[in-house]
Amino acid sequence: MSILTLKSLSKSFGALTVTDDVSLDVMAGEALGIIGPNGAGKSTLFNLIAGNIKPDSGHVLLDGVDVTRASPMERVHAGVGRSFQIPQPFSHLSVFENLMVAAQFGGGHRGAEAECSCMSIIEQTGLGPVANDLSGGLSLLQRKRLELARAMSTSPKLILLDEIAGGLTDGECVALIKTIKSIHAQGTTIIWIEHVLHALNSVVERLMVLNFGKMLMVGDVDEVMNAPAVKEIYLGIEI
Amino acid sequence: MIWVDTLVQGILLGGLYALFAAGLSLVFGVMRLVNLAHGDLIVLAAFVILTIATTLGLHPFVAVFLAMPIMFAVGWGLQTYILNRVLGDDILPPLLVTFGLSVVIQNTLLETFSADSQKLTAGPIEAQSVALGPTTVGLTPLLTLASAILVIFALNQLFYRTKLGRAFRATSDDPVTVGLMVIRPNNVFAIATGIAMVVATIAALYLGVRANFDPTIGPARLLYAFQAVIIGGLGSLWGTLAGGIIIGVAQALGAAVNPEWQLLSGHVAFVLVLLFRPRGLFPRAND
Repeated sequence: MSILTLKSLSKSFGALTVTDDVSLDVMAGEALGIIGPNGAGKSTLFNLIAGNIKPDSGHVLLDGVDVTRASPMERVHAGVGRSFQIPQPFSHLSVFENLMVAAQFGGGHRGAEAECSCMSIIEQTGLGPVANDLSGGLSLLQRKRLELARAMSTSPKLILLDEIAGGLTDGECVALIKTIKSIHAQGTTIIWIEHVLHALNSVVERLMVLNFGKMLMVGDVDEVMNAPAVKEIYLGIEI
Repeated sequence: MIWVDTLVQGILLGGLYALFAAGLSLVFGVMRLVNLAHGDLIVLAAFVILTIATTLGLHPFVAVFLAMPIMFAVGWGLQTYILNRVLGDDILPPLLVTFGLSVVIQNTLLETFSADSQKLTAGPIEAQSVALGPTTVGLTPLLTLASAILVIFALNQLFYRTKLGRAFRATSDDPVTVGLMVIRPNNVFAIATGIAMVVATIAALYLGVRANFDPTIGPARLLYAFQAVIIGGLGSLWGTLAGGIIIGVAQALGAAVNPEWQLLSGHVAFVLVLLFRPRGLFPRAND
């Protein structure tokens, strides 16, 4: 059963086509990675899925329901969670309160139930020691974890991760991957844009390659990484 | 002994200024909006209480409870239909609009209620007093300060203990990202201004019971409220109470030396605080 279906999605900004006839099926429980050079339209694709921008043509289906015209808020309720490339915590709120806002408004949970789910997400994402600290003072890894935890708090079926491993040290990266794996193991579908390929490939089952807005190929990690076209365009290796 | 008495009277007067300022502080804290019509909205609330009290023959302390939902609706409507349209990166449009609003409210009140001085008649309670240690204090000023403390305590509980309060603070931090949590900033702002107007109504009750009021006194109340908010540190509610009390005490001490110095010494205290603590006494940690 596919949780997300993109049907010949296209979007142009003026003369620049940033998403060019992209079609994709993502199965429930799957982890899909999206790679491609800078400016390939990866973040735009996330904006189309999350509803922040509307496509010029094509359709977005969540759980088989057409949400092409649905607002970002409606899509959060439909089960789309998102973490941003640059963490945007509510800096005057504690870590716990950040999650509570997401759980109570985004996830529609009530008081005690929301507290419970936030506590377990805090445990899972390793934010326990800083749960009551103001999020404005967190380290980069902690803010990335918070970004992930806050997206989880809206109880998403599908979570969109935008370069969440960027800027982390190797050790921090390993710690974050462990958390992402545990989220994936719970059955949450993950779509992850990432330049840190070793991090990405240790989690996802399939890779999709975007170039100039077009889907170059999609397939198993090994298959994609070894494809000559990908090596040439993405990894910059002359064939 | 007279100095102790003066000090106590000043603290009690500070309660009134803190009530003027609490609504202003709330709105500034949530949406970084400086509402130049706040003083006039307090006067408007006083006229609403007066109208309810005289029309229905109610005691002002009862009429205020009927005025609160009306003023909440006024605040909600004001934010939804006017102020939300001008909020943005530029701070000038909201200043201009609320300044214009101030003029409109004053003149509408003048047209409707005339320039005559009005007063909320609270009956015997106005003259009652209680012994407080070495001094005797009026019951109404005491109620004013108690209400101010209660209001600020309640607002703090709301801000830091409730779902709505977290939405207020999250929206204040980042009005764009809250959209991802399915919070609509415009709704949050409308509720905040509604609550600020409920607080303004409580302030209006004590304003009207304590002294005469007429449609033109709003801007001066705004000035005291401003000073209280800035002395306390922007966005800090307990700071606002402290700010109100500092203005009140300064005015009372000034008046004790020379009655002409009452207002002047309040302003001098304000300037002195700004001189030594430019960000106020209790600024927020990371603004």
